[in-house]
Amino acid sequence: MSVGLIGRKIEMSQVFDDKGEFIPVTIIEAGPCVVVAKKTQEKEGYNSLQLGFKDVVATKINKPVSGHFKKADVKFKRYLREFRIADIDNYQVSQEFKADVFKEGDYLDVCGISKGKGFAGVVKRYHWKGGRDSHGSMFHRAPGSLGQSSEPSRVHKGHGLPGRMGGEKVTTQNLKVVKVDAEQNRLFVDGAVPGRKGGLLIIKKAVKKGN
Amino acid sequence: MITQEMVPELKKKIPLFAPGDTLKVSIKVIEGDKERTQNFEGTVIRRRGEGISKTFTLRRISYGVGVEKTFPLYSPVIQKIAVAKQGKVRRAKLFYLRERKGKAAKIKEKRD
Repeated sequence: MSVGLIGRKIEMSQVFDDKGEFIPVTIIEAGPCVVVAKKTQEKEGYNSLQLGFKDVVATKINKPVSGHFKKADVKFKRYLREFRIADIDNYQVSQEFKADVFKEGDYLDVCGISKGKGFAGVVKRYHWKGGRDSHGSMFHRAPGSLGQSSEPSRVHKGHGLPGRMGGEKVTTQNLKVVKVDAEQNRLFVDGAVPGRKGGLLIIKKAVKKGN
Repeated sequence: MITQEMVPELKKKIPLFAPGDTLKVSIKVIEGDKERTQNFEGTVIRRRGEGISKTFTLRRISYGVGVEKTFPLYSPVIQKIAVAKQGKVRRAKLFYLRERKGKAAKIKEKRD
């Protein structure tokens, strides 16, 4: 398994491909990420790289955490995320990764925090159909029946009901890389990515494309 | 590949035109492995969008049938845009032309 990146969603845009057709793309600021720590099978029980993303001023970092960065001899980073990697010996602490760890045509899984939708009803939250709006219909967007009286005489677990929607961790799988701008650390990805503009993203190679 | 960053550079090659103008657009058409140029002439009835997503719509009467075509302004398929006539109009969207025929659908030419 190869290394991933921490990134930020910049915005959605369009690009023309070679045929002159529009492709909807999400522009991601991907990296530079730096290896802050290595976790090994012997010590922690699993192999992983801890990557840091986005420089931050020293006053934003408390003393114990600053020691963690000083040990690795890297600048203070705002975000720290771990990536499970088997062949950990190929990487060193303070090694830097840029957007060019991915190349054009790669498929990615991108993970982010989805936009909060507030307290949503079942039509929006679970795509239930609701009732007819007109012709005397008195049933519009309500959840309807939750079950029967004598059997099961309770509400089944996991039954859809209105409640908080969005603001949760979501992964979009198999997004194709359309363009890599290594200089500016920009990834152009075909399609949409979870979350708001500026939202933090975890970018990995797609698990379902043999990575 | 064309991205948003290239738009300021592409902009320089495109002539100024406004709704009501008559344009002649040369489009690259690929048929099998052959490539040829197709022309489309018509009146600009709409411009919309921002940046790379900007488009314009041309309308013309072809064999008695109204035809409208929308082109992305910065599309690599467009080889040339030429302004044939400048029209004098008082609004940005000329959808009222759809309800008019013949002389009523004529746009006065701009004279300066």
